[in-house]
Amino acid sequence: MTSPYVAVLIMVALGLAFAVVAVGLSAVIGPKTYNRAKLEAYECGIQPTPRAASGGRFPVKYYLPAMLFIIFDIESVFLYPFAVAFNQMGLFALIEMVLFIATVFVAYAYVWRRGGLEWD
Amino acid sequence: MTAAVPSLFSAVSVDYRALAPVLIVFVGAMVGVLVGAFVPRARRHVIQLVLALVTLVAALLTLVLATVGHSAKTVGGSVVVDGPAMYLEGLLLVIAILAVLTFGERWGGYEADAFTPMGAATPGSPQEAAATRAGFTTSEVFPLALLATAGMMLFTSANDLITLFISLEVLSLPLYILTGLARRRRLLSQEASLKYFLLGAFSSAFLLFGSALLYGYAGTVDYKGIAAAIVAGGSAYEPLLLPGILLVLVGLLFKIGAAPFQMWTPDVYQGAPTPVTGFMAAGTKAAAFGAILRFGYVGIEAARWDWRWPVIVIAALTMVVGAVLSVTQTDMKRLLAYSSIAHAGFLLVGVLGFSKAGISGVLFYLTAYALSTVAAFAIVGMVRENGAEASHLSQWAGLGKKHPVVAGTFALLLLAFAGIPLTSGFTAKFAAFAPAVTSGGRAGIALVVLAVLCSAVTAFVYIRVIVLMYFTEVAPSEVEALMPSALTTVVVTFGAAATVILGVYPGPVLDLAANAAQFLR
Repeated sequence: MTSPYVAVLIMVALGLAFAVVAVGLSAVIGPKTYNRAKLEAYECGIQPTPRAASGGRFPVKYYLPAMLFIIFDIESVFLYPFAVAFNQMGLFALIEMVLFIATVFVAYAYVWRRGGLEWD
Repeated sequence: MTAAVPSLFSAVSVDYRALAPVLIVFVGAMVGVLVGAFVPRARRHVIQLVLALVTLVAALLTLVLATVGHSAKTVGGSVVVDGPAMYLEGLLLVIAILAVLTFGERWGGYEADAFTPMGAATPGSPQEAAATRAGFTTSEVFPLALLATAGMMLFTSANDLITLFISLEVLSLPLYILTGLARRRRLLSQEASLKYFLLGAFSSAFLLFGSALLYGYAGTVDYKGIAAAIVAGGSAYEPLLLPGILLVLVGLLFKIGAAPFQMWTPDVYQGAPTPVTGFMAAGTKAAAFGAILRFGYVGIEAARWDWRWPVIVIAALTMVVGAVLSVTQTDMKRLLAYSSIAHAGFLLVGVLGFSKAGISGVLFYLTAYALSTVAAFAIVGMVRENGAEASHLSQWAGLGKKHPVVAGTFALLLLAFAGIPLTSGFTAKFAAFAPAVTSGGRAGIALVVLAVLCSAVTAFVYIRVIVLMYFTEVAPSEVEALMPSALTTVVVTFGAAATVILGVYPGPVLDLAANAAQFLR
């Protein structure tokens, strides 16, 4: 290895090769058949309609519950290792975890008060 | 039976005295979120503004009274509060105080503030009027600014790659949201927000990938461990070192807007609400240079002969791109964005000094640049045509005759950006370039020559704006400088005063920076 930059070059070359080969191969050997159904807009398997049912706007309300789910998801991800290691860390871990959960509930309180939990 | 389980985890010791300023800002942000949740709408704006200011001032006082002189490596070595960290924390708190003051500006009720009350309301529409009457205001900007500030403060003291990444995200995510909240030119603002988010996520991925490679090389994410692994040498994973370093640096250089990672800067600076642009330009730059200095001087210093050249090339490219492209700009905010790119290049020259004087030069440059920048963007927010910000350069023609004080102050700040003697810009450039000449070798001298040439190019741009404001005859137009309330007045006065004082009598701050320029390893 004469120069440390050889590693960088190899990495750039590999990254480039991966992208080019992946795109190129699929363009070359991929089957190409077109029909009407394939060219239509994909809407989760239902018949595509020019306008949404409720007057032209898609309801995106579900994004709030989806984001809220992440709050609790992350919380539980941290609770598992805490529970496993609790015996080794004692009071310190308990205080830290209470602080963490309190912080998470600040976000929850905000969402609740500002109407993030109401569907309509 | 309790089996003898080997203790895998142990509680780390936390030095609360060293961490107090950051913790205060975090707690203030949490209280701000609760205020947003429980306080009636009509009173939110005032309470949030006062709360944010009180939090930041309390943090600054704690820093000065309790933390200074108490260098510490804490939380298992992942956070280091030392001279440069304390200096930059103080600077960031001052920037945040000034920025929060501009965030709170409402132009005496004549105009709404810079932020949209509702995502879909157009300025001046009945919907917006109804929203304003109902007390909808975007008072969330204050907790968001506090969170970003806390992230920036942590960014400067991060001493391992994980903490570096977490604090990068803590500072970036609120900024992405703040960018999209402009009251006028909503589409431009939302476009800026999306671009900033996507490119920011992209650069975070680079940083993470680099961290993974460095972990593979050194077996640790701790800067000290990485430094020890480089010094020891002979690792079987030697080829991972340089790609890792460069990828982490890409993530950091993106945040300061160094070329070729500067593409987002003009769009985001233009689209973001002007107070946010000022906050972002000054704060992110100070924080990211703090992180670059610590990573470069503590973590990978021993390998610097390997990663020096790419950074030298990037510094040169950044200066040239920033200076040359600022000539062609017709929008004031884009012009200041390209100017900030050029300044990032000048700062990188200081970083490449690789000496104690280099650290203190960068710290001083950041101070001078940040204070002038916040004031400059506060003035950009004042100049309006029919209520909307007059950001096109042609709209500034003849401003010197109509509003001599505003135009005069802006001219002073531009002269500081250009580095004219007796302004802070000159002292700062001297402080940052001198170490590159004395200890940067031949490359350092070449970079400084290039930097001076680029300064001359940018000086042309700034002086053209001054000529435009003072010596151009124009037809009468609707462009006015709004009468600011005490909030913006304080910001502009402080920024302008700092620009003059740091130019005429820089001694105390230079000494402070020199005393602070020692990393705790």
